[in-house]
Amino acid sequence: MTLPFAPWADPAAKPLIDLRNVTKRFGAFEAVKNLSLTIFEREFFAILGPSGCGKTTLMRMLAGFETPSEGEILLGEQDLVPIPPAKRPVNMMFQSYALFPHLNVEKNIAFGLKREGVAKGEIADRVTDIMRLVQLTDFARRKPDQLSGGQRQRVALARALVKRPRLLLLDEPLGALDKKLRQETQFELMNIQETLGTTFVIVTHDQEEAMTVSSRIAVMRAGELAQVATPTDLYEHPDSRFVADFIGEVTVLEGRVTNASRGGVGLAFIEGATDLRVITDDAPPAGTEAWLALRPEKVSIARARPDEADNALPGKVLDIAYLGNISTYHVELANGAVVKAQESNRQRADRRGITWEDDVWVSWEEDAGVLLLT
Amino acid sequence: MPGAVGATPMNRTLGQRILVTLPYLWLLVLFFAPFLIVLKISFSDLAVSRPPYTPQFDLSGGWAGIRDFFAELDFENYTFLAEDSLYINAYLSSLKIAAVSTVITLLIGYAIAYALARTPRRWRPTLVMLVILPFWTSFLIRVYAWIGILKTEGLLNQALLSIGLISEPLHIMNTTTAVYIGIVYSYLPFMILPIYATLEKMDESLLEAAADLGSSRLAAFCLVTLPLSLPGVIAGCFLVFIPAIGEFVIPDLLGGSETLMIGKTLWVEFFNNRDWPLASAVATLLLLLLIVPIVLFQRQQMKQEIGG
Ligand SMILES: Nc1ncnc2c1ncn2[C@@H]1O[C@H](COP(=O)(O)OP(=O)(O)O)[C@@H](O)[C@H]1O
Ligand SMILES: [Mg+2]
Repeated sequence: MTLPFAPWADPAAKPLIDLRNVTKRFGAFEAVKNLSLTIFEREFFAILGPSGCGKTTLMRMLAGFETPSEGEILLGEQDLVPIPPAKRPVNMMFQSYALFPHLNVEKNIAFGLKREGVAKGEIADRVTDIMRLVQLTDFARRKPDQLSGGQRQRVALARALVKRPRLLLLDEPLGALDKKLRQETQFELMNIQETLGTTFVIVTHDQEEAMTVSSRIAVMRAGELAQVATPTDLYEHPDSRFVADFIGEVTVLEGRVTNASRGGVGLAFIEGATDLRVITDDAPPAGTEAWLALRPEKVSIARARPDEADNALPGKVLDIAYLGNISTYHVELANGAVVKAQESNRQRADRRGITWEDDVWVSWEEDAGVLLLT
Repeated sequence: MPGAVGATPMNRTLGQRILVTLPYLWLLVLFFAPFLIVLKISFSDLAVSRPPYTPQFDLSGGWAGIRDFFAELDFENYTFLAEDSLYINAYLSSLKIAAVSTVITLLIGYAIAYALARTPRRWRPTLVMLVILPFWTSFLIRVYAWIGILKTEGLLNQALLSIGLISEPLHIMNTTTAVYIGIVYSYLPFMILPIYATLEKMDESLLEAAADLGSSRLAAFCLVTLPLSLPGVIAGCFLVFIPAIGEFVIPDLLGGSETLMIGKTLWVEFFNNRDWPLASAVATLLLLLLIVPIVLFQRQQMKQEIGG
């Protein structure tokens, strides 16, 4: 049995990349704010965030195209900041691919090796190998404008990978591909990363993509890190409303913490009604303003009040999103808040009869949601 | 290309037909017919008459008259051109002056185009306007202005003398150097604009990619920028080289007796010596000489269109 790959959990592990209090200012505008982050060897690390939150800027600092206004960037023990892009053991796959239009696929890929002064024979071997890996062998003599989007993406990947960088940066590598191709390519990327063992840092604004490919995800918000965690942790244990909302679907209910007991707290949510029960590790003092984040698939919907649920609230069906395999019910509660409940359409249960305007009950267990303080 | 309007020959409307024929008509009337006349005169002999050559085309002689007319045409003028080294030298010297001017224009023009393409986007339209601005003044007047700058007591010498860089005025006016200055100055925009057009549309991330893959700035320039701007360089070179070969005004106004250019020779034959037949032969040869680079240029443009 092998241990799961989790060097970030090992205090003795040395990070490959160590960003220490990095700030990047453009004029007075702070694109990256006092950001600290470690990335470990062989990780497939995703940087996720809305457009304009500073993802590209962070990547460009790693590649050497931008110099941090403050802070340090270490690669192993080495200070990266004074090293120009051409001399860094880091390669970047550009958002626009940036393939050289006047060179064919083979020459595009060989470009970096030639600059390095690698022997001719070795260049030919390495280019052949990498073209086989990314399935471009048949297109070796084509120019970039004779390739499809997916092929161009693979040339860009091969061109960076063939240099055997210690760190490969991918800036929205699949952004230009259509959905189906993107999903296929995600798995290809994961396979390649596993085969070569290169450390990948991928930037994306697509949370599904980040969840699929990465070992860990850093969620960014306006130049700052909101949370860094594994995809599962991020989904199950978001530590802010922003992250909960950004990753997957969520219902956020606002309330005030009441009494703490049995490892959980009560959340006064609807005036006069029973408090909601939430399990939480460290209970905040009573009176604290807090939010309950609920994933829709953990919420049940029924016509009658369920007997055994920890939390149950009556409401009215506002909307139903039928997605074939699943349906999401939007249920409006007495105080106007809307709870999303998701049911798989596997069995023909009585709830299939639930429709708009119906009076229903939504219910969930005390450990289904996460209590958030920000 | 006039034919490539999108419609096939079968379904063209009358309007389209006229539109397609118009450029051909234009070429026929304003280029091909005059050329035939010049060609004919180049095969004629000098005569003290008006117009100053024989034979004259005359239909009154009937069939025999036309036959006699053709019998009198010969290659005498061309043989003369080939035998007198003056003309060959003038052609060669024109080629050389045009070639050297093109190279100088390329070096200066590339630098300017490169700088233009690197300035912040909001400044570019203004700067491009400044490149085109000289066209608002007549070419002739601008060349005249250079006389005022280059002559012995001109602005350049005054400036250099006053700052003490030279103690004797430079003799630039009426030398081949002045001709080079004139040509480079006059044709610079024709070099800058096509090069700028290629540089401007170049994706800057290509240079970052080159750096990322281990290129120095110089290597990135040589391996990426230069090859990508090559179409602009070629277009610019042709646009300067072709008209420079036949240039007349600049060598006439700025050049001296030492400057031999075929355009000037042509003018002298035509207006000073009134030797129309010989002048026509000079002109015809010049045209043939220019056709080679023009055809090359066209093919390059065509390849560009197909490739892009
Ligand atoms: N060179 C620059 N000059 C000024 N502002 C910039 C520059 N590069 C990025 N920014 C700003 O920094 C912010 C973050 O940009 P970026 O890192 O590209 O975001 P993302 O990749 O997450 O969409 C944006 O608001 C952007 O306008
Ligand atoms: Mg970006």
